[in-house]
Amino acid sequence: MHAFEFVKPSSIADAVKALASGEAIPLSGGQTLIPSMKARLNAPEVLVSLTGIAEMKGVCRDGDVLVVGAATTHAEVARAAAGDFPGLAGLAGKIGDPAVRSRGTIGGSLANNDPSACYPAAALGTGARIVTDRREIAADDFFQGMFTTALKEGEVITSVRLPIPEASAYAKFLQPASRFALTGVFVAKYAAGVRVAVTGASEGGVFRWAEAEAALSSDFDSEALSGLSVAAEGMISDLHGTPEYRAHLVRVMTRRAVAAAS
Amino acid sequence: MPKDDGIGASVKRREDNRFLTGNGRYTDDINLRGQAYVHFLRSDVAHGRIKAIDSSAAGSMPGVLKVFTSADFASAGGIPCGWQVTDRHGQPMQEPKHPILAEGKVRHVGDPIAAVVAETYEQARDAAEAIEVDIEDLEPVIDMKAALAEGAPKVHDDLSSNLCYDWGFVEENKDAVNAAFGNAAHVVSLELTNNRLVANPMEPRVAVGDYDPWGDMHTLYTTSQNPHVIRLLMGAFVLSIPEHKLRVVAPDVGGGFGSKIYHYAEEAFCTHAAKVLKRPVKWTSSRSEAFISDAHGRDHKTKIELALDADHNFTAIRTETYANMGAYLSTFAPSIPTWLHGTLMAGNYKTPLIYVNVKAVFTNTVPVDAYRGAGRPEATFQLERLIDKAARQLGVDPIELRRRNFIQPDQFPYQTPVAVVYDTGNYDATLDKMLELADYASFDKRAEESKARGKLRGFGIAHYIEACGIAPSNLVGQLGARAGLYESATIRVNATGSISVYTGSHSHGQGHETTFAQVVAEMIGVDADSIHIHHGDTSNTPMGMGTYGSRSLAVGGSAIVKATNKVIDKARKIAAHLLEAAPEDIELKDGKFSVAGTDKSVDWSGVTLAAYVPHNYPLEDLEPGLEETAFYDPSNFTYPAGAYGCEIELDPETGKIDILRFVAADDFGNVVNPMIVEGQVHGGLAQGIGQALLENCVYDENGQLLSGSYMDYAMPRADDFRGFVVDHSCNTPCTHNPLGVKGCGEAGAIGSPPAVVNAAIDALHRAGHTHITHIDMPLTPSRVWSAMNR
Repeated sequence: MHAFEFVKPSSIADAVKALASGEAIPLSGGQTLIPSMKARLNAPEVLVSLTGIAEMKGVCRDGDVLVVGAATTHAEVARAAAGDFPGLAGLAGKIGDPAVRSRGTIGGSLANNDPSACYPAAALGTGARIVTDRREIAADDFFQGMFTTALKEGEVITSVRLPIPEASAYAKFLQPASRFALTGVFVAKYAAGVRVAVTGASEGGVFRWAEAEAALSSDFDSEALSGLSVAAEGMISDLHGTPEYRAHLVRVMTRRAVAAAS
Repeated sequence: MPKDDGIGASVKRREDNRFLTGNGRYTDDINLRGQAYVHFLRSDVAHGRIKAIDSSAAGSMPGVLKVFTSADFASAGGIPCGWQVTDRHGQPMQEPKHPILAEGKVRHVGDPIAAVVAETYEQARDAAEAIEVDIEDLEPVIDMKAALAEGAPKVHDDLSSNLCYDWGFVEENKDAVNAAFGNAAHVVSLELTNNRLVANPMEPRVAVGDYDPWGDMHTLYTTSQNPHVIRLLMGAFVLSIPEHKLRVVAPDVGGGFGSKIYHYAEEAFCTHAAKVLKRPVKWTSSRSEAFISDAHGRDHKTKIELALDADHNFTAIRTETYANMGAYLSTFAPSIPTWLHGTLMAGNYKTPLIYVNVKAVFTNTVPVDAYRGAGRPEATFQLERLIDKAARQLGVDPIELRRRNFIQPDQFPYQTPVAVVYDTGNYDATLDKMLELADYASFDKRAEESKARGKLRGFGIAHYIEACGIAPSNLVGQLGARAGLYESATIRVNATGSISVYTGSHSHGQGHETTFAQVVAEMIGVDADSIHIHHGDTSNTPMGMGTYGSRSLAVGGSAIVKATNKVIDKARKIAAHLLEAAPEDIELKDGKFSVAGTDKSVDWSGVTLAAYVPHNYPLEDLEPGLEETAFYDPSNFTYPAGAYGCEIELDPETGKIDILRFVAADDFGNVVNPMIVEGQVHGGLAQGIGQALLENCVYDENGQLLSGSYMDYAMPRADDFRGFVVDHSCNTPCTHNPLGVKGCGEAGAIGSPPAVVNAAIDALHRAGHTHITHIDMPLTPSRVWSAMNR
């Protein structure tokens, strides 16, 4: 990789200041950024590490909301959320492999918004609020297509506020090589209704499946999904699956998520 | 009972002590004083004309010693091809030049254009980015059939077309084969693809060149399966360095699977650059670079047809295969789809007439050469898939159809219609053993149980035979090999009785250091601990051909046996002198020479000491010392065979296949170390099943590699398997080598792909998806689901 300067601030304020230069980019767990730098696809002048900021780490409950610090690793979420929000803990505990889970963070995953990443499904599927150094963004407004989010230049996710559902589960079908989600579905049941978020499938990145949400809101049972389908148009086509296959997997994984949650 | 460290004992691998503790000494661990680093600027287009290379800016960047282009290799030869195939019309194959650095054109993504040598690796990479290359894009040819179309762009402008050769085998049988199809009661045909694979050994390739100007000595440290072959090819054909001025060392090597047989441009580059710069020059491949510079494997498109008579006896086989050579001919590439493929098309069956046609094609892709199994997996896959299809089409049991056509035990030695003579075998025995271990008898019950859970269960079988222990030199010479395929060994007995063995074989995962010591220990009757196996250095091992084609024990082990027998013969004479008896009265047992029928004896170390301190010694009849060298050239290939059974469960909702049980019943002849053999089979199965379910090297129509990293190239992982049942109790020893051994390294990769695919098709047919007669590998969930929902 190219030479770069490395800064490791210990407060959000210092991190934001370090990122203001324009030549700097934030580094969280580095699970995407470091490999891309090693491949010389990315060559920042300055890397601002977010993993030394205590206020960005940890999981705590605030009423009916689980608050996860943006620099909290997947392994930590898998452990700390197991009691309050097992659906989220289950998702976090199956991202990548142990090495990835020990480094990767929820904030890094959401900011990167990889179309096959798991966390965007949890954030969108819970209607989470993404808290940054300057504002709160609703998940419905945050994800804006593959690798694109509502974050502004230099804006840092500091925590994620996820409403705790009555029941939830994540069902993921693995892409055989990367073991990212070929299609992953997060289903969460709230008093106000059910949310269904799909990752890995669409060219537009993570999305909500409105028809399934409506059907499941009136009857939270996998049978309620029979007859529903997702259009293949707009689904990802690659070595690992056709659009038709992914559209089909959306149904199968939704059904499995509901079965696991109920 | 086997001696606890002799032949037949599952001795733990002595080399694992250093490997498992991180103390192996690999090529990348070698760092020489004053070492510089090279980075290759590689083409990012599949086909283009190089109009200009401007390296002036790069050359003046920090740390840069020199930027090399093809002009720096004007006096060097091209990378040679080691096998010349003669086509159907008696003409030699088309053989293009393979330059060290691209000359005039780039021909695949990854083709090296220039090389920067700098003080550090990062400086070399930085400078490579500053080289300005003006390339005129040319239309690439990626698809083999399109490459052969009239007017297709040519990979090599100086060749008449992209056809390397059009090979027919046995050409004289062609009319008889066609006639047999005309008279057949049944004809079954199948078109299939044998998917392109990337070997992906755990250790990427590395080369370190060194030059001693005072002795005019070149040394190359390299990740090779055959250092002597590299010395010969690179010294004689590329850089014009005579053998006595060139040492090639392949130290610990972390897997090869064929991809480290070949002589690569990077090796010649480092050797040459070290002399130019008077500095050691090191290259370490990144994993990304390995995907676009290591030779790939397989990549055949085949149509195969089977003719049967009314009683379902096979009467003829006819095949037409397109074999991808890639952009250049890698060292053994032409031999893989021909002599290592066509000669195996009889399989385990007594089909009397066979005609194999292979068209080898140049395309703008990475060169393709041998990969674990090399030609034999391609033959086995098409044959065993076709027989399964035939059984379904005819409505008969695939097991019974195979049994009906098996070559019978009393028919050996068996001359096949495709040149080879099988020495021994018992195919019903391995099939029976496999079915027993697989508990095939109660399969239907298990299928019902799966069905109750909404899953489809299937059982697939495949029988394979392979020709390994490569190979009789005079035979392969007639077939176009430009090298002999003997093996060598030197047994150096030291004064106090310890033994240093120097083998021409090369261990890169096979466990030679353990197995070869077991052989010598057994023969002399000394502890294996007193024996050390040396390999991988041309300066101390006799000229040997290296390790591939499951040849090391059958050929290299036989050389060791031969040399050890010479040692024993001489030691017996020394013992006879010491014991004042005739040599023919001397017996060797448990490391002790004794006079038959008496209590007079002398220990091994007493004899060895006398050989080196010859005070009481028959100097008039015998030279002092105890060291012998032998070369062994086999009289035939060996023919391991076996029956593989694969039981799968298929999720009809997702198309995902789960292997529940895999049974391998192999006939490897005699076995020296059963544990190592089992490990070899495990590794082969993992790679074969990887090909069947996961691995796929894919180019897009522009020649860009879509599967250029582990994000898209699916390697098998431990959790893809539930363990294997491996048996080698049904053995028919090889009749022509002294150990009676056959090769075991490639069997798993040869026999398993058709077993897996046959199991999947079986599951689908049992569930009523009878329209699915074949699915091309890898059987990814998406492909299986798409076939079910077509």
